[in-house]
Parts: sequence; structure tokens; C-alpha cells
Amino acid sequence: MRHIISILMENEAGALSRVAGLFSARGYNIESLTVAPTDDSSLSRMTLVTSGTNEIVEQITKQLNKLVDVVKLVDMSESVHIEREMMLIKVRAVADQREEVKHLADIFRGRIIDVTEHLYTIELTGTGDKLDAFIQAVGSVPILEVVRSGSIGIARGEKALQV
Amino acid sequence: MELTGAEIFVHCLKDEGVEYLFGYPGGAVLHIYDELYKQEAVKHILVRHEQAATHAADGYARATGKPGVVLVTSGPGATNAVTGIATAYMDSIPLVVFTGQVPTSLIGNDAFQEVDAIGITRPCVKHNFLVKDVTKLAETIKKAFYIAMTGRPGPVVVDIPKDITAHRTTYSYPKKVSMRSYEPVVKGHAGQIKKAVAMMLHAKRPMMYTGGGVVLDNASKTLIDLVHTLGFPITNTLMGLGAYPATDKQFVGMLGMHGTYEANLAMHNCDVLIAVGARFDDRVTGNIEKFCPTAKIVHVDVDPASISKNVKVDVPIVGAVGNVLKEMLKQIKESGAKPDAAALKEWWKQITEWRAMDCLKYDHTGTVIKPQYVVESLYKVTKGDAYVTSDVGQHQMWAAQFYKFDKPRRWINSGGLGTMGFGLPAAMGVQLAFPNATVACVTGEGSIQMNIQELSTLRQYGLPVKIVNLNNRYLGMVRQWQEFFYQGRYAMSYMESLPDFVKLAESYGAVGMYIDKPQDVEGALKEAMKIRDRAVFLDFITDQQENVYPMIPAGAGQNEMILV
Ligand SMILES: Cc1ncc(C[n+]2csc(CCOP(=O)(O)OP(=O)(O)O)c2C)c(N)n1
Repeated sequence: MRHIISILMENEAGALSRVAGLFSARGYNIESLTVAPTDDSSLSRMTLVTSGTNEIVEQITKQLNKLVDVVKLVDMSESVHIEREMMLIKVRAVADQREEVKHLADIFRGRIIDVTEHLYTIELTGTGDKLDAFIQAVGSVPILEVVRSGSIGIARGEKALQV
Repeated sequence: MELTGAEIFVHCLKDEGVEYLFGYPGGAVLHIYDELYKQEAVKHILVRHEQAATHAADGYARATGKPGVVLVTSGPGATNAVTGIATAYMDSIPLVVFTGQVPTSLIGNDAFQEVDAIGITRPCVKHNFLVKDVTKLAETIKKAFYIAMTGRPGPVVVDIPKDITAHRTTYSYPKKVSMRSYEPVVKGHAGQIKKAVAMMLHAKRPMMYTGGGVVLDNASKTLIDLVHTLGFPITNTLMGLGAYPATDKQFVGMLGMHGTYEANLAMHNCDVLIAVGARFDDRVTGNIEKFCPTAKIVHVDVDPASISKNVKVDVPIVGAVGNVLKEMLKQIKESGAKPDAAALKEWWKQITEWRAMDCLKYDHTGTVIKPQYVVESLYKVTKGDAYVTSDVGQHQMWAAQFYKFDKPRRWINSGGLGTMGFGLPAAMGVQLAFPNATVACVTGEGSIQMNIQELSTLRQYGLPVKIVNLNNRYLGMVRQWQEFFYQGRYAMSYMESLPDFVKLAESYGAVGMYIDKPQDVEGALKEAMKIRDRAVFLDFITDQQENVYPMIPAGAGQNEMILV
């Protein structure tokens, strides 16, 4: 099963490589990983998407918790949460396709953020599935480039991951 | 007053109460060596190879329970230390290893003797630090000792660039550290302990399986008390030997690949397994699918990640093992409940039958020296009271099987990583910690040559370590596997061109003895024990073909032992 794990860690040099190293050393897979400082400059927040059996994910969270730089973590998948990912996608759009792409972007609530005679660059936010669906929907329009941020997540309601 | 980083370094070690620093100098740490030169509180032991510095510090730590401390230079100094760091990591031994680093301005430039020590050691340390600011040096050193010693212990590396050791700042050593990201659990969950106790008291065929965690937490006394109260059989892992007295009648021997018949069968047939400070290593469990098929499992460990890692357990208890065992004992005493005596009697009857197989018996009527006999004689001559270090191979298993350890911290071996070359330097560390004790290194002619240069260190410090070389002219453990599983194709397992160990020892100022007759074994050992001012190298020419039994072949279950 797919799990999204949010981690608060000390904003120290090398903290990221400890997490990445743990995953490669123990053979866990990483679907995506994003990291940035938080409102508290001493802390970074990392969001990691992984998949595995319950036993493996339990080991992953335990091993992450064991890292000295990790302050707190939560497996978002265990409760209701909101998940978002951003995608920038550059497509070649000429003639009829220009209208078609624009229309699609509207349906998906995307924004066209760069335009040339032959190209559109679209910004899209949503769950990973939605971004996948957009790529599917683009269909025969040639895609030049796709950039995805990896997922981030936050719990619904009162719950908050904080120190 | 402002001090240099090098001065601060030495002050920190003094304030931390460090007695011995095992190390080897080089460019990046010269400021530090200059400060060490000016004082006497911290005694520096000059090894002959950085790997030996880490093993010596490791042996010191295992024998004393205090952290082992190492200082090496950058680049090759650091890389040479890595095997020792990994060895300590696998066995959860507290070390603080200081590595020199090129000046901060040169980091990343492929400078002379630069390696990314933090990157290289990351997967084999509990934590590591690069000190980039002299004002953080003292605090970082304090943290390093704190992390190494608390929770599940382990090695911590502190990488110090050369310029930091020259920069100045005011010095104060923090009395305490607290880290929001690192708070080891101490007490076990009361509810879980209660569940475990109920399970233990209802068991018909209980089994205690305890490991190195009991030694590390100094919980041996409590363990003995608990096991005596319950009347349960107990086995120890290779790392746990000595935590429960081997001569006690409830002890059924070591378990695992070369464990006893009775220990492995009791594991296989038990209905409640109480695992304490042990980690279900593959050398213990054999085939996981076939492991303890009828048992409910209680697992006590300070490291949550050790629980349900290899084997799913029924009652996990995270906490310091000493605390948890005490709490179990208290609950049992308070409840007044007793284990099921009738069931236990039946269970012991069964175990006694297994024991009667006498699985460790060997034939020593011939004219060649049996390696087992050497270890038994060592046990006899030292009255079971020596510190025994070991290397890796058959000799290690024979030492574990035949030296009956009654006290913790007496058996010192590389269980997790299985590092050949560990024994001799580890023995140096132990002998320094206990100058009047008997310290024997049971080794093989393969392993001893991996750090033989340390004979020179023994000489320099007058350490009377007894090297018990079980010389079978084979990489015996490799030969055994080739005999069993590769139809006797002995690829590269024969040790040719061996040195004359007696002459070699003598050239290092040690006493060398050559023993090739069974009737001379005891006498030689007795004579060696009398020598207190220098090392003794006992070269025992042993049976070349002897194998370690019993053996659970890789992939088999604990009930599928090869007995002879
Ligand atoms: C550094 C290292 N290299 C290789 C091995 C693999 N290995 C395990 S046991 C063994 C043979 C050890 O031979 P020896 O020290 O003579 O002991 P014996 O088995 O003959 O008692 C080898 C090569 C190891 N454990 N460590």
C-alpha cells in the first residue's frame, strides 16, 4: 500500500542524506520526497511517499524515528488528510490543439503560465492521481516536459504535526 | 580565557573522564597531538593500524561498559577506522571516534588526505557530526558521548577540520545535554509488561532467549533473579554469553547456527518465548518460516526498530531491559502467582532428554590436539575467570561453546559483523582496562594475521595478553562450509606460507610457544598464565579436519541440526 509520511527534522546539514541513505541501505522504495524549511527555521519538513506491506512501512517509520535528527513524524495515510502535488507541463500545441489544451486545463483547474506560438506551459495542482489523469487526457498532444514536485500533505481538522 | 580547538578537545576528554584514547597521528590532527603531549590525564595508546584503534577501544568498552574513544587522522586514517566502527555498530558498542578532517576552506576540493568521513561512516554509525565552528566543539563532543552511551548504544563519529583545532573560543563543558530529537525510552509500558507476565505464568513450555542487550544494560543480576524465580530454561545468544551463568543448571547453552541441541530444540518446541535484548538475527533463527512455530512471543528491547523486524511478535515491550525485567519481577512477586509447576516439570524432563544427547562431545583420545580441548583446558587453567576475546571462524564458535562464561563482559567477540582481526586489538583494550586480569585471545592462524602488527603495541605497553592460536592451517570455517556444501572443493581456504609464530612473537619481544601434543596443552597454558610482563603467543597445532557441531545449515529450521 502507498503511504505518505511527514517528517519534522532538525534543519542540519546532511539530514536529508541520512533519510535517503536509510532508504537505499535498507532497500525501501521512495516514490517521491520533498523537503523545505518550515516557519521555524530550525526545522525542516520532509514529505516522503513510499509503498510496502504494513510490516515494511512499520519498519520504515521506526527506522526514521531512530535517526537522531528526526524530531517527529506521522504516517498521514493513517488518518484523514489532504494531499497535493504540483506539476508543470509543457506541451506542443498548434492549430486546433491550442483550444483543446486550454479547455482541458480549465477542466482540471490548471493555469497556463507560459505561451509561445507552438507551446503551452501549464501549472496544475492536485493529488497525484489528478495529475496522472491530466497527462492521460492530453492524449495525442505531444508532451515536451513534465516536472512534478512530489506530494505534500497535511492532516484535516485539529491535528497538526508540530514540536 | 580563550582556548584553541585542540585545547578544548583535550579538556572535553578530561571532563568526560576519558582514561584511554586509542589513536594514530597524522597531519589533520597534529594540533590535537601537540596538546595531548602536554598533559598526562588522558593516556594515548599508539596502535599500529587505525582498525586496531577502533577494536581496542571497542574491547575496552565491552569489558568496562564505558565508552571507547578513538582519534585518527583524515583520509586513510578515517577509512582504516571504518571496519572497527562498523563492527561496533553491529554489536551496539558505545564508541566515540574522532576523525581529523582537512581545513574547512578545502572541504570538497579533493584536498590531500580528504575523504567524506561523514558520508562514508553514515550507514555504520549511530550518528555523526562535522564540526564547522569551534564554538560548537565542546557541545558536539558532549552530545557524541551522550548519544553513544544512551538508548541502544553505538558508535558516534565526530569529524573535526584542522582549522577548527586552531580557532579559539571560551571553554565550558556542558553538564547535561537534552535533544528534542533524541529521547531514548527507559521504562517499559506497564500494561504490556502485565500482559507479558500473564503469558509467562500460563506457559507450559516457556523459553527465555536473551542477548547482548542484557550485557549492555548491565541487567545480568536482575535476569538471574527473574529466571530463578520462574524456573524457566534459558539460552543466550553469542552476544549474550555470560549474562546468565553458563554453569547454572537452568542454562541450556548458546542457541543458533552452532548452538546446542537442547537450546535449539527448546526454542523450536516452546509455547511462550521471552526474548530480551536480542534481535532475532538470521544466525539465531535459521529459516524464519520454521522459527518457533508454536510460540507466542514476548520481545523486550530498547530499540523499537528491533521489534517485529525479522519475526512478528505478540507482546512488544520497548524499554531498557533492566527496568523491564525488574518490573516483571516485581509484578510476579506482588501477584503471588506461580508458574505452572506440573507443566514445567514435564518440559524440563523433555529438555533433560535432549541434553543427554551431549551434542558438544568430541573424541580427544588421538595424538592430535583437538581445538575444543584447548578451549576446555583454557577454561580449567583460568578457573573460568578470564576475559576471552576472539576472532571469527571455528575457533570463535569453540570458544563460545566450551568456555563457560559465568559473568557478563567476559566474552568479547564480533558477533554481528564477524570481523576477522578483532581479537588481538580488542584484547589490548581489555588488558589496559584490567591490567591484573587474565586476558586471552582465542584466534586462528587466518584471523590473527589480519592485525598481527599489534604485537608491537602489546610490547610497547607491556600488555601480557595470552594469544591462543588454534592453528589448523585452514581458514577452518570456510573449509567446513566447502566440505559440507561444495563437495570438498577447498577453494582458497588453505593457509600456506605461515610464519613461524614462535619466532615472530619473539621478534616482538613476546614469549612464543609451539604445542603439538595433547599432553602438553595444559602445561603450556599454565606456564603462559605465569608470565605477567609480556605477551605470550601459544601456537597450538590442532586437528586440521575438525568441524564445529552442531550446525544448522543456512535455510534450515532450528530443529534441523547436523549433529556429527
Ligand atoms: C575480515 C573478514 N574477511 C573474511 C571473513 C570470512 N571468514 C569467516 S571465518 C573465516 C576463516 C577464519 O579462519 P581462521 O582465522 O584461521 O579460523 P578457523 O576458522 O580456522 O578457526 C573467513 C575467511 C571474515 N569473517 N572477516
